[in-house]
Amino acid sequence: MLKLRRSLERVSLFLAIAVSITGWIVLPVPVLLGCAVALVAWLAVTRTGHQAAAVTWVGILTLPQRIGASSVIVVGIAGVVGVLVALLALAGGLQETLRGTGNLDTAIVLRGGATAELASGLSREDATLILQAPGVARDAEGRAIGSAEIVVVTNIPKKSNGVEANVEIRGVGPQMWQVRPNVHIVEGRAFKPGLREVIVGRGARAQFAGLEPGTTINLNAQPWRVVGVFESGDAHESEIVGDAETVATTYRRNGFQSVTVRLASRQSFDTFKAALKSDPRLKVDVHTTRDYYTAQSEQLSRVIRIVGIVIATIMAIGAVFGALNTMYAAVTSRAREVATLRAIGFGATPVLVSVILEAMLLALLGGALGAAVTWFIFHDYAVSTLGSNFSQVVFRFDVSPSLVGTGLRWALAIGLVGGLLPAARAARLPVTAALRES
Amino acid sequence: MKYLHLVWAALMRRKTRTVLTILSVLAAFLLFGLLDGVRAAFNAGGTIAGVDRLVVASRFSIIQPLPESLIAQVQSVPGVRRVTWGNWFGGYYQEPKNQLIMFAVAANYFDIYDDYGVTASMRAAFDRSRTGVLVGATIARRFGLKVGDKFPVMGAIYPDKATGEASWQFDVAGIFETPSSKMRAHEQEILMHWKYLDEASAYGSGTVGWLIVQVADPAQSAVVAQRIDDLTKNSDHETKTQTEKAFNLSFAKQIGDIGLIVGAIIGAVFFTLLLLTGNTMAQAVRERIPELATLKTLGFTDRSVLGLVFFESVLLVVIGGVLGLALSSTLIPAVSAASGGMLELPPIGVRTWLIGFALMLAVGAIVGVLPALRAMRLRIVDALAGR
Repeated sequence: MLKLRRSLERVSLFLAIAVSITGWIVLPVPVLLGCAVALVAWLAVTRTGHQAAAVTWVGILTLPQRIGASSVIVVGIAGVVGVLVALLALAGGLQETLRGTGNLDTAIVLRGGATAELASGLSREDATLILQAPGVARDAEGRAIGSAEIVVVTNIPKKSNGVEANVEIRGVGPQMWQVRPNVHIVEGRAFKPGLREVIVGRGARAQFAGLEPGTTINLNAQPWRVVGVFESGDAHESEIVGDAETVATTYRRNGFQSVTVRLASRQSFDTFKAALKSDPRLKVDVHTTRDYYTAQSEQLSRVIRIVGIVIATIMAIGAVFGALNTMYAAVTSRAREVATLRAIGFGATPVLVSVILEAMLLALLGGALGAAVTWFIFHDYAVSTLGSNFSQVVFRFDVSPSLVGTGLRWALAIGLVGGLLPAARAARLPVTAALRES
Repeated sequence: MKYLHLVWAALMRRKTRTVLTILSVLAAFLLFGLLDGVRAAFNAGGTIAGVDRLVVASRFSIIQPLPESLIAQVQSVPGVRRVTWGNWFGGYYQEPKNQLIMFAVAANYFDIYDDYGVTASMRAAFDRSRTGVLVGATIARRFGLKVGDKFPVMGAIYPDKATGEASWQFDVAGIFETPSSKMRAHEQEILMHWKYLDEASAYGSGTVGWLIVQVADPAQSAVVAQRIDDLTKNSDHETKTQTEKAFNLSFAKQIGDIGLIVGAIIGAVFFTLLLLTGNTMAQAVRERIPELATLKTLGFTDRSVLGLVFFESVLLVVIGGVLGLALSSTLIPAVSAASGGMLELPPIGVRTWLIGFALMLAVGAIVGVLPALRAMRLRIVDALAGR
């Protein structure tokens, strides 16, 4: 009978762990906050709650005596949360940068089947046809607002390690400034069409060597002058931009990679797309720039996220064992104290709750520490990687509040799991035996 | 060694604690095993590079093509044994998410790359068919391809001259399986005839993407590379010639400083591990003070008590570490197989095991030294009296 009861207890404990972790991951923030409020209310109002609060308080007061053991929970969880938040911030930064590059007001046209600009090719006739299509916005003089662009890649050493990296050169049409009004010159001046002059993105200048205004760079064995630095707040900042015709001459190209147009209105995208698709002279794919750039980051940011979560899960499992160890030790060292409380009339529940609360408090502390360290080291830190256009994309770690929230969630989950079993042991402690034990 | 049972008894004194600590150590070394392989693969420039192979590509960018005429010129450079060449083709199968590693290779490609596992009969079948492709086993499994199947490729860089569209139709002429597990990454590749690309593509004919040069004497690689680069100096197709390893490495480096990221993660893991096992050992010794004093009373020297505690700590870490590395070496092939070639983790090498062992001993030693010293310095009278 006793055996059956014990195993029943065990099963229900495991169920409780499983349910609480799932709940933790699934439940939205307001519900979790509600739970926290309910817990505080219970502690403040009910009699058992009072007892639980008192026992927890004693536990917290005695923490300094167990500082070595308690720091295992804090540091262990700080490590898990730090790594998790850093990797998710990496993925988030990449995704935000690329998603922010596109919008619903402009459309990009690539050759049919091409998934990135570098794999695309459009002839001059194609470009003219595309710019004449209905749905394209026109300026005061009635010219279509669109830019036929040539994209090539050149090797420029990275500042950080001197390794040659693929940097994207974008040759743009004269209307580029209307197509991308978010591009501003922040230093120097704009390039002059017809001259071998380029402007460099802020991100490219920071990541790659020798892109200061006034210097000369070598593009396909021809000298080009860097005349200015631009800011756009998106992935174009990783690029070097010059005049399409001059870039085409240097690279002996006769054609373009893509055409980006400003739409007359968001609704005219369908008109534009339908017109190009039905033109038998053209074999092209049309996307809003939002769709195109979002797709560019999808695969890589998903891989980083999965890797981050897998690593953090393994670390979290390790941290759970550490937390279990610590809390078991805490329960053992406080066995007499707990037994005394039970002897003078405290119930099992307050003891149970107090151990869990202590573990979760330490976990929260660890989570906050991990997230804070990550924020200080990585937030806004610029890195670059090989994007799907076979060239470097510069982006920044984005340690957003929601990521910190995710990290704290993980921390509390680890604390909860690490606290449950030791709490159950504390609650089941046979009072007489524990009092007698030295 | 004769005290092993004593150490074992000490570890089994509190089974829960020992097991939990070993599990934490296991998690740390599992992660180490998974990540160190990745780091090594990125830093080694792939394990697939041959020592006698040089890669000749445009100095300005890998996307700039080289003229076909360069092949004959390079062939006549002293020290060059054989030259072959290739061109990136790219494209996807059925859906854009199925991006292909596909390139066009010269007829003599497999003379130099004799480690692909392409048999003579497979090669003959490939040579007979103009539109034939050789498909790596991983890719063939992933897409369920068999020899003789039609293989359509969409969205290649080159449009077909006849149709003007970037969709091509190929025939699977063979499926190759690399003989060595180190070459497994090649099984993700699809190879087509360069000659067919050159004839059928709407543009880019008469150009090659890169040359592969096999040198007669690997010791002379640097000199030969210099001779090739001198050949193209001041032309409109200047080249950069480097060893295959350096070439692969430059790609890996472009993805990011993987070594640094992995190092940081492993550092965080091991810092935590030190703290955790250190705490366990400190606890273990604190609890056992009277027992250790008894041992000393029985005649154990200070030194052997020190050794006992120290060995206990090292053993604890080594058990967890070996289990962790063993688990990761069984997990890696399982993950690679389960992902159907989407994710190819490098297998754990001897190097990783050696570094792992060194780490286990180091962690065990660092963690054990303070408790061991404490145990050694115990004074029997104080310890027995519980002071």
